Amino acid sequence: MTPLLQVKDIAKFYGNRIGCTDVSFDLYPGEVMGIVGESGSGKSTLLNCLAGHLAPDAGQVFFDTREAGLKDTVTMSEPERRMLGRTDWAFVHQHARDGLRMGVSAGGNVGERLMAVGARHYGDIRAQAVDWLDRVEISEDRVDDRPSAFSGGMQQRLQIARNLVTGPRLVFMDEPTGGLDVSVQARLLDLLRGLVRQMGLSAIIVTHDLAVVRLLADRLMVMKDGNVVETGLTDQVLDDPQHGYTQLLVSSVLQV
Amino acid sequence: MTQNGQYNFAYLDEQTKRMIRRAILKGLAVPGYQVPFASREMPMPYGWGTGGVQVSAACLTADDTFKVIDQGADDTTNAVSIRKFFERTADVAVTERTSDASVIQTRHRIPEEPLSEDQILVYQVPIPEPLRFLEPRETETRKMHALEEYGLMHVKLYEDIARHGNIATSYAYPVKVEGRYVMDPSPIPKFDNPKMEMAAIQLFGAGREQRIYALPPYTQVVSLDFEDHPFDPSKADHLCALCGAEHTYLDEVIVDDDGTRMYVCSDTDYCATRRAEGHTGTMGTPFTEDAA
Repeated sequence: MTPLLQVKDIAKFYGNRIGCTDVSFDLYPGEVMGIVGESGSGKSTLLNCLAGHLAPDAGQVFFDTREAGLKDTVTMSEPERRMLGRTDWAFVHQHARDGLRMGVSAGGNVGERLMAVGARHYGDIRAQAVDWLDRVEISEDRVDDRPSAFSGGMQQRLQIARNLVTGPRLVFMDEPTGGLDVSVQARLLDLLRGLVRQMGLSAIIVTHDLAVVRLLADRLMVMKDGNVVETGLTDQVLDDPQHGYTQLLVSSVLQV
Repeated sequence: MTQNGQYNFAYLDEQTKRMIRRAILKGLAVPGYQVPFASREMPMPYGWGTGGVQVSAACLTADDTFKVIDQGADDTTNAVSIRKFFERTADVAVTERTSDASVIQTRHRIPEEPLSEDQILVYQVPIPEPLRFLEPRETETRKMHALEEYGLMHVKLYEDIARHGNIATSYAYPVKVEGRYVMDPSPIPKFDNPKMEMAAIQLFGAGREQRIYALPPYTQVVSLDFEDHPFDPSKADHLCALCGAEHTYLDEVIVDDDGTRMYVCSDTDYCATRRAEGHTGTMGTPFTEDAA
């Protein structure tokens, strides 16, 4: 089986400081990979390198494109990469405001990706927008409201709808539940798990919340100071951490 | 170099005019592409047509006939002051008749009378970037133009329909030029959009934003729309009260304190010509020279 995403020795430096270095892994279709680590451990840098938002200083990122099979997204042309960014890839930001157009209605936000790939029929675009709002549990009568009128949890769900409307195969998520209260978080996770399973999505989830990866991720990668210190199946890493830092991380989770 | 009193011909020095002409030529070569140029400080405030004036200055020759219109009218402040400016600094002939002019500077309208191949239409543009209100970053909009990523333009039209039931954008209606660049046609009413496929050269100057763009004659200009909400070049559903025209763009004028209104051609020259030919509307009087 060809991996959907193949990462080889990715490194990114900020001057003399290390963003992330020597990261390699394969992600197979339908697999969800979690990246955990403390603040400043390079997980967001890594995610941005993979998603093409940052240019890595070394390494390759091969993506299994629909036309040409495995292709290095670091060296591919910018139009191609941006095309991937609005068709096969999706990026869910930590702050919904970064991923939404706050001045545009919910329907317009969801429809933007459709229009970006050439949809020119208002009725169809709107029907799809309503359908997707329904899937993320936003009622139809909010379709013409702006995201600024939505609660934080709704904004995050809207962002997810907006990203998934074109049927991407790979979703990058940067702390998707950050800043949400626990009950909203639980519903969002439930929703995400449902969508990921139902659509057969592959996903890379960056988070510092171990409960999130426990629920969503098949595999886990633990990062510290820009390096990957441990990888493995999620339950294995969380239940039997080998590396000292992972042990610290697991034991630091507060118990209720 | 032509000297005229204290000023060089048409106010700008020759090097500046050459620089502007280069931008114009590039604009004509790449229709709809916004060419940056080193806009000069002009003796009028931004927003009064500093871009259009610079383009006109670069185009004018001593034997040109110059016409300026503002919202279709020849006798409004903006039109009068720009016309006077070039009368004084370039000593060119001026006219109010569309067919007599070789260079026409306009703000917010295209003349009703079809233009010919030996005419140049110069537009004043406040904000040349059609994507600006959706994407504030210049770096990003330039990239979007370069990569032809124009989905966002339709988001604006989508928003219009979602909010108003139809495409409510009625001026500065975005167009696609020759299937490539999306362009802001300057704040002309969308009624004028279909006229942009014309015989004359069209030049667009934005002074504050320092951009020039252009349409060569007979360039394909398509107004953006949705399949189920096609482009509609609408106008007020009335006849001109002075000349009775039914095919022109109309201004709505409130004439008394009771809200009585009349609709008149916004193109004053066209209206006067029609009245001279004997057309009379419901509130019009037969044409006389001083009644115009």
